[in-house]
Amino acid sequence: MSAVLEIDNLHVAIGAANVLRGVSLRVEAGEVRGLVGESGAGKSMVGRTIFGLLPAKAAIRAGQVQFEGRDLLAMPDKERRGLLGRRIALIPQDPMTSLNPVRRIGAQMVALLQLHLGLSKRAALDRAADLLAEVAIRDPARVLQLYPHELSGGMRQRVLIAMAFACDPALVIADEPTTALDVTVQRQVLQLVERMRQRHDAAILFVTHDLGVVAKICRSMTVLHAGRVLEDGPTADVLVKPHHAYTRALLAATPRADRPADALKPVPPALIESLWAEARRLDQLTATRPA
Amino acid sequence: MRWSAILKRLALIPPTLLGVGAIVFVLLRVVPGDPIAMMIPPGASPADIARLRALYGLDQPLLAQFVTWLGQVASGDFGRSISLRQQVFELVGARLPATLELAALAVALALMMGVAVAVVGSLLRGSRLEWLLDTANGFFLAIPDFLWALILLLGFGVLLPLLPISGRLDPQLAVAFRTHFYLIESLLTLRFDVAADLLRHMLLPSLALALPFAALVARLLKAQLAEAEDQDYAQIARTRGFSRTTILQREVFPNALIPTVALSGVQVTLLLGGTVLVERIFSYEGIGNMAIDAVINRDFPLIQGLILTFAVLFIALNLAVDLLVAVLDPRLRHG
Repeated sequence: MSAVLEIDNLHVAIGAANVLRGVSLRVEAGEVRGLVGESGAGKSMVGRTIFGLLPAKAAIRAGQVQFEGRDLLAMPDKERRGLLGRRIALIPQDPMTSLNPVRRIGAQMVALLQLHLGLSKRAALDRAADLLAEVAIRDPARVLQLYPHELSGGMRQRVLIAMAFACDPALVIADEPTTALDVTVQRQVLQLVERMRQRHDAAILFVTHDLGVVAKICRSMTVLHAGRVLEDGPTADVLVKPHHAYTRALLAATPRADRPADALKPVPPALIESLWAEARRLDQLTATRPA
Repeated sequence: MRWSAILKRLALIPPTLLGVGAIVFVLLRVVPGDPIAMMIPPGASPADIARLRALYGLDQPLLAQFVTWLGQVASGDFGRSISLRQQVFELVGARLPATLELAALAVALALMMGVAVAVVGSLLRGSRLEWLLDTANGFFLAIPDFLWALILLLGFGVLLPLLPISGRLDPQLAVAFRTHFYLIESLLTLRFDVAADLLRHMLLPSLALALPFAALVARLLKAQLAEAEDQDYAQIARTRGFSRTTILQREVFPNALIPTVALSGVQVTLLLGGTVLVERIFSYEGIGNMAIDAVINRDFPLIQGLILTFAVLFIALNLAVDLLVAVLDPRLRHG
């Protein structure tokens, strides 16, 4: 099996603060990998590094990001832009703010299809309508004429999913795509993402804090904390036999249908504190021994 | 904006104008000074003065004068100018186009300069040049239009006499105009020599009006561009491989334009108010210049007519800005 995405020992710092401390992870072709962690674990930073969207003061200190065997960080900006949106796509977190409010859905989809597939406007509109039909939007021709504010959050997320898969990408990064949605819509969106993945033969890196979501759709998973990978492996193995104390604590803190709610235990603060202390020790080590 | 909202706004115009008219009418008659005192020759007898006052209806009680004037205005009669002895409507009609052309040129210049500065400033974000541009912009914003008028007059009229400093058109260019929109008419009749001379006369006064307004537009638009560029949809456009220029043009600019138009649009009324002093400084024959003469001569009917004209302009402008914002923002169109 070949890897679409291979991140090796990635170090990212914002100013003096390290946010990624040697992250390594692989996403195989066609696989769904969960990237799990609490707020501040650095999981969004992984996506931001891939898309070149790191904040102004952030710097990549070390490491490699390989996409289909090519070094994403070393390639010229123009070459990378040729991959973004076409071979690597994003499903954003908040559908309410992710579409341009003053442009019609059709115009936004056509611009993407024209940029990467070189389609005529007519052909791009037809393809956009097909994509909307794929994500189960009724009357796609009408929706193409609408502005984002005329659609519900769930509908907008469908449009964004359609746009992510529009150019048959090899890798889709889903950045907590269900967090901003209604619980009833969440399930449909998950099923939709999985269906689109199969149809377009893409791999997905599913960034989330929700172990329930990971258990549902991810074949493998990576647990991130304080910018470090604590655990990595097939989802079934990690969930059944977690190696790291933090993963066990996360599982104990996750609500499950087969357990009473009062069996939930918060992640022990002492554990979190010891993990951060470990991360800081690691920072000192790398600071004294320049990479 | 929906039609009902537009109709509501239109319905508010007559009461607004009535209020403006009443305030001006009362204020003029409460402040000291009297048109008759300005026109009588020295040594006129009290009986002559009384006769003149009666002729213009100034001997009537205030309320009676107001009701008479209101009745006339309602039937389209704005009275006769006391100092110029012509119908106010004709006087204003002859001068208003000059002011409208000047203000339109000023707004056009200001938009070009302001948008250019804002876009360049956005591209320079974070550099030292950006700081320099912001500082210069603040300088232009801080100097009022009439001071710019004096500076430009000194600079390009006196020290470096490149441009005419008074009037609207070289008197030697004897042209029989059919309308009072000289610039538009000369362009439509292909008299480009005349148009060029008109523009040369308009350049300094319109620049004086445009510079502070351009600085305002630049500051507003630049801030809005920065904000729009931080929005999710602009960031996500980058994850789709669009170039920064494309994103600025398609995602950021149209969104930044909406609040900029809404905020700076109403400021055009300030620019119109600025024409009063700037036209005076450049002896430009518009309604602003006329208003100063009217006030000096205590020409009640003319002042009233001019103020109502300004009021109508301001109302029309505000409505136009609201409509323009609705055109730019689909969220407002659908209500």
